[in-house]
Amino acid sequence: MSKMAGADGDDSLYPIAVLIDELRNEDVQLRLNSIKKLSTIALALGVERTRTELLPFLTDTIYDEDEVLLALAEQLGSFTVQCVFFFFVNLEYLDKAVESLRKISHEHSPEDLEAHFEPLVKRLASGDWFTSRTSACGLFSVCYPRVSKSTKSEIRQHFRTLCSDDTPMVRRAAASKLGEFAKVLELEYVKSDLIPLFAALASDEQDSVRLLAVEACVSIAQLLPQEDLEKLVMPTLRQATEDKSWRVRYMVADKFSELQKAVGPEITENDLVPSFQNLLKDCEAEVRAAAANKVKEFCENLPADSRETIIMNSILPCVKELVSDTNQHVKSALASVIMGLSTILGKDNTIEHLLPLFLAQLKDECPEVRLNIISNLDCVNEVIGIRQLSQSLLPAIVELAEDAKWRVRLAIIEYMPLLAGQLGMEFFDEKLNSLCMAWLVDHVYAIREAATCNLMKLVERFGASWAQSTIVPKVLGMASDPNYLHRMTTLFCISALSEACGQEITTKQMLPIVLKMSEDQVANVRFNVAKSLQKIGPVLENSALQAEVRPVLEKLATDQDMDVKYFAQEAMTGMYLF
Amino acid sequence: GAGNAGVGGGNDFQWCFSQVKGAIDEDVAEADIISTVEFNYSGDLLATGDKGGRVVIFQREQEGNNRSHSRGEYNVYSTFQSHEPEFDYLKSLEIEEKINKIRWLPQQNAAHFLLSTNDKTIKLWKISERDKRAEGYNLKDENGRLRDPFRITSLRVPVLKPMDLMVEASPRRIFANAHTYHINSISVNSDHETYLSADDLRINLWHLEITDRSFNIVDIKPANMEELTEVITAAECHPNQCNVFVYSSSKGTIRLCDMRASALCDRHSKFFEEPEDPSSRSFFSEIISSISDVKFSHSGRYMMTRDYLSVKVWDLNMESRPVETYQVHEYLRSKLCSLYENDCIFDKFECCWNGSDNAIMTGSYNNFFRMFDRNTRRDITLEASRESSKPRAILKPRKVCTGGKRKKDEISVDSLDFNKKILHTAWHPKENIIAVAATNNLYIFQDKIN
Repeated sequence: MSKMAGADGDDSLYPIAVLIDELRNEDVQLRLNSIKKLSTIALALGVERTRTELLPFLTDTIYDEDEVLLALAEQLGSFTVQCVFFFFVNLEYLDKAVESLRKISHEHSPEDLEAHFEPLVKRLASGDWFTSRTSACGLFSVCYPRVSKSTKSEIRQHFRTLCSDDTPMVRRAAASKLGEFAKVLELEYVKSDLIPLFAALASDEQDSVRLLAVEACVSIAQLLPQEDLEKLVMPTLRQATEDKSWRVRYMVADKFSELQKAVGPEITENDLVPSFQNLLKDCEAEVRAAAANKVKEFCENLPADSRETIIMNSILPCVKELVSDTNQHVKSALASVIMGLSTILGKDNTIEHLLPLFLAQLKDECPEVRLNIISNLDCVNEVIGIRQLSQSLLPAIVELAEDAKWRVRLAIIEYMPLLAGQLGMEFFDEKLNSLCMAWLVDHVYAIREAATCNLMKLVERFGASWAQSTIVPKVLGMASDPNYLHRMTTLFCISALSEACGQEITTKQMLPIVLKMSEDQVANVRFNVAKSLQKIGPVLENSALQAEVRPVLEKLATDQDMDVKYFAQEAMTGMYLF
Repeated sequence: GAGNAGVGGGNDFQWCFSQVKGAIDEDVAEADIISTVEFNYSGDLLATGDKGGRVVIFQREQEGNNRSHSRGEYNVYSTFQSHEPEFDYLKSLEIEEKINKIRWLPQQNAAHFLLSTNDKTIKLWKISERDKRAEGYNLKDENGRLRDPFRITSLRVPVLKPMDLMVEASPRRIFANAHTYHINSISVNSDHETYLSADDLRINLWHLEITDRSFNIVDIKPANMEELTEVITAAECHPNQCNVFVYSSSKGTIRLCDMRASALCDRHSKFFEEPEDPSSRSFFSEIISSISDVKFSHSGRYMMTRDYLSVKVWDLNMESRPVETYQVHEYLRSKLCSLYENDCIFDKFECCWNGSDNAIMTGSYNNFFRMFDRNTRRDITLEASRESSKPRAILKPRKVCTGGKRKKDEISVDSLDFNKKILHTAWHPKENIIAVAATNNLYIFQDKIN
């Protein structure tokens, strides 16, 4: 754009002018872009015009797409306080706007809050539409700590009203903010005001409300002194653990570690252990799976002096049953954490009690269970050494490696480098190497690709000389395979391995094969030759590039196939071979 | 006379004609056939869906408008294309645009929201009003001519000017790819955040905000499809217990499930079935016992089911038999053979409650529809027809005669027109206003208190 400004014009206004015009563009994306630059527009207009002109316009732009409204609400954070309050008339996307308000509330003086923020909260709390009342719930905890005593009492009253609102939406919003509101409330009011509300929400007729009270339970328990917990929190928590609705019990299981930390060791031992046992035996699989996920964390957080006794007497019997659960999600959740118990229980207990469970899970009919065990082998390795498992491990790995579902095969490939590290080179060469090579000719491309990447990681771990003796010959042998897909795999492997194998192997063994393949009758192979040459180029010496690579690429650049030509030229440009 | 007295509400009143919507043409375009009718929670809006994938929303005029006799007429508020015909290339299947169901969401702000569904895809629509227009650009003048970008001396912010009211319908969410079979029901849960959708073999639970996943809560698909003996015909959420829903089957049974009990509701908590009367058993027994619609009463205490020949009211506390059974068109029992041959026997009649749950309405053939008063046990047959569509005309009760001698004003079973069927009806949630879909016409009737 020319820098020559008109006589009385100001070209710095131009970009702002565009932004303003595009606030009402037909194209949502352009509108969105402008909304995201609202603070720039506001800055250019100044406070007064922003308040009197821009905001009234925006306020009425509420008939808009969700995403524009969301962006608008987010941008409010960058506005001055008066502007935001002004804006808050009937915005539909209140929740997001409330988020913005929460962010900026700290920047306001107590006078500002008292004058603007608090009336806004009140107005929202008594709004006709329940969206405004739900939004109000999010603001209580923000303004409460910074307002006067009388206002505080009003805010508590508003919160009480919303907790018994007719619509479940509002009660849900109140229940979900109960915890954070409790944190800013004076302890005496937590006890006198909030606990009854908490108890009421926890026995709401809608289970979608009750389950949110479980979350609040954590925050409230953290705030109360130990001696009050039994009387004020535990009855509600016990009730939730035995709730008729599985979703509420699920929530308890899901929040179990937090609850455990919040109520402390004594209550954990007396109350939570039996509860946890019940959740592990729950009739609903979703609940058992959630509880199974927490087994390790729960055991870790048990008081040190009684930890082992509790695990051995109370938890392990339930865990044993879960190993043969009817539901595969439960078994697989357990399999993802069960190995962690070995570090807690030590070598002897692991060998005697846990090992049989690991072995059983390694034979589970569901591949995900076996995979989860294999992916966590490192925990056991530290405690008892992997050799204890290797007899059972191998059949399990082989079976997964040959699973009919390619996603299962893919998952086990990803654990190969880890397994190789733990089992050692010798074991690997003897038992697993052939599997890794077999994947290279899998009929699914994703598996061949993963197998290539796996080889690279193995070479990084075991070194170039290992590669030269075990992998490279097999990979290069595939270059004369009658199936062109396998020939291409050779090229992909070479591209992936050259760096890890180093200059000598690449130049002496790999490069001749690649160059020879430039004569292949399949065009796909030929253009992959060009791509591979570009990949291995950086590993080669310049003399080899000039003497050997260049003539081949030049020839490919005149190939009759369009794609071959294109990739050959691409490779030459990429390597500056002109 | 007894037959002439109104049904519904307890007061003696007569139904009279109020409005008829849709073309009068004898030639009916397939796309114009109404496929669903639904009042919103206040009754101020009435939505219809048609086979052409369109949704038309009517709004009730405010009372006391200058024309004193047009007491609360419904006029078109918004029309939009909800679904388009599609083709599933993977299965080589055409997906019709026909709107199978419309369900309103409880109103949560100035805008209105509804769910509409065809066989496969559910959409959430927002219907909102706009009465202001922005004016004034920086880079253009009033006539749309571009200004010299280098001669901008000041910034102008658009100014809002009032304009004629415009109603906009915009699609907010699209819930797709969750149903292998045809969706027959959608129902919004009383928790205001979830809804269920049912097809022939499965029921899914959705969150209204989340479109990329739903939870399967019922799956009756047998491992081997040759063992399939029944399908789901309708499903509905309880009006105030957010954990309870029911679904009906082609075998004439209803299962009530409690979502608290387990994540997958394969095991029902209640099973409603009426023992079959062996004496009336016939080849058609199973077909005519298939339930075509199930509706909870507003109170949540009862539910009503419609099968081919009757409407039954069930007390949720009694599973063994219905507490009330009303015959809709018993005279068709002798005609089942020909109704089977012309496929009418598979027609899916819906049913509805009045606002106070003491009267029910359902459709029949020959543009007849039936109402039953649950307190007095009186019933009435009315007709939605152009002939009686004079303003404020009182609807005359109709009678079908089965015997040889036909009285005056009676119509013989043999002369019923089976192409004119009333499948979809809706009752205003608070007042005695009903909407009756007769092929491509929507009739609105209301009470006239004597």
